Amino acid sequence: MSSTPSVVIVDDHGIFRSGVKAELEEKVEVLGEADSVETAVRAITDHAPDVALLDVHMPGGGGVEVIEQVSKQRPQQRFLALSVSDDPKDVIAIVRAGARGYVTKTITGDELVDAIKRVHEGDAVFSPRLAGFVLDAFAGDLPAEEVDPELDQLTAREREVLRHIARGYMYKEIALRLHISAKTVEAHVSSVLRKLQLSNRHELSRWAVSRRLVD
Amino acid sequence: MTRPNLGTLGTGTAVLVLGVFLLLQANGAIELNGAQSLTGLGACVIAALIASSFGRRIALRGAEPEEEDLPSAALAREAGRISKIGFAAGILLGAGLLFAWANGSLEAVGKVALAALVVTVALILISAPFWIAMVRRLGTERVARARSEERSEVAAHLHDSVLQTLALIQKRADDPEQVARLARRQERDLREWLTDDQPTRPDERLADALRAAAAEIEDSHGAPIEAIVVGDAALDERTNALVGAAREALTNAAKFASEGGPVRLYAEIEDGEARVFIDDRGPGFDPKAIPDDRHGVRESIIGRMKRHGGRAEIRSEPGDGTEVELTMKRDGR
Repeated sequence: MSSTPSVVIVDDHGIFRSGVKAELEEKVEVLGEADSVETAVRAITDHAPDVALLDVHMPGGGGVEVIEQVSKQRPQQRFLALSVSDDPKDVIAIVRAGARGYVTKTITGDELVDAIKRVHEGDAVFSPRLAGFVLDAFAGDLPAEEVDPELDQLTAREREVLRHIARGYMYKEIALRLHISAKTVEAHVSSVLRKLQLSNRHELSRWAVSRRLVD
Repeated sequence: MTRPNLGTLGTGTAVLVLGVFLLLQANGAIELNGAQSLTGLGACVIAALIASSFGRRIALRGAEPEEEDLPSAALAREAGRISKIGFAAGILLGAGLLFAWANGSLEAVGKVALAALVVTVALILISAPFWIAMVRRLGTERVARARSEERSEVAAHLHDSVLQTLALIQKRADDPEQVARLARRQERDLREWLTDDQPTRPDERLADALRAAAAEIEDSHGAPIEAIVVGDAALDERTNALVGAAREALTNAAKFASEGGPVRLYAEIEDGEARVFIDDRGPGFDPKAIPDDRHGVRESIIGRMKRHGGRAEIRSEPGDGTEVELTMKRDGR
């Protein structure tokens, strides 16, 4: 993998875009910027960045709309959601639409660079808050006949990994604490991402429906 | 806004004409044979049909672009339906009369009563559009009032919170720590206001109590605290003790360990058990070397948890942060 991944920054606040750009300087190549759904779809399909940084809320549809439109032309495009919103509705909706991770805008520059690299390499990026939402959404037992164990339940190990993310530990620290390799931690998180995107658990469906995401 | 429904008006007028015609015939003022009556009746029905469909179209087309809100569109549809019912009623009434007249059973007294009835129905149908218009106007006014109330509520909130904070921040621009604290408190307040469907109840619910404790300590010590709570339970004696111990652990972390990054609280509340973790990246300490006079850790955290049937584990090493794990079994499973 190349050491400097490329990005397109999508956010309707100019101040925020230039702030992110300054923080990423030299560690990430910024190919373009966009401030609306329409310009974002064009910028991402034109520049084909390794990762598209997406704001959740924007005039004309928001990040979910951008993912839907871009994916038709570039299904391999990777997205990282970056937002001030920590409403589970928004967060779960954008991850279910296809973002490979979600971080809040208060993230430090180094952490953001790390998150971009991770998404670029095909891994998932969970902020502590997203980990909390997922644990919440997958909490409680479902009636046995309704459960698809492949998708609707987290394994004990996945739960343990998420719990540590929610407590603010980095992947490396989690690996050390759980006596597993960092790669295994990543594998668990990717597996959780897959469940989050594909499970029909009612909580997840409810959050998706409230954003009119289902079909 | 008070556009009368032409369909209803047309139907009403047609029925009225029919009624007057019947009245006149009953009084012997005009004498008509069967064919002439039938023609008259037919004309009335056709006129009603045309007026009704035409009027409904106008009423709908007039109402929708003029007023965008849903209630008035719903009322326009309602008006259309009423005019349809009126039209059907007119035809039924006409058919009934025709049948009675053809049978010759329409005696003089009956004729007059029936004609009066027809006229009454006609008047009701004619006045219907005005009632509809009135109801519609009331509905629109109610929506407008609700909107303006909501707007002033939002304005009042922004004024009391965001504008006040911005003013304070400008005054304290030379004190970055204070500015950060003000901004954080405002952010928390605004988030709560934006996302919460129901008011928080820190006196009744464990999750709210933990979040409130974190917010309070963050404010009083100026150290950022990230709180993530999964699940919820009612506050009782045991969970209250859990909040008390968590509060003590947060205070210690905020006082001694906030340099290395935010203090984190993570709570997982399940059916039978509640667990709270407080983690920091501070300088750490040797838990075995806690001086006896440090009531905070020994009494308020470990002792308190033990007394209420829970346990507290403190893991720390000099130079490697501190983590406190509090576990409390919950009453009655």
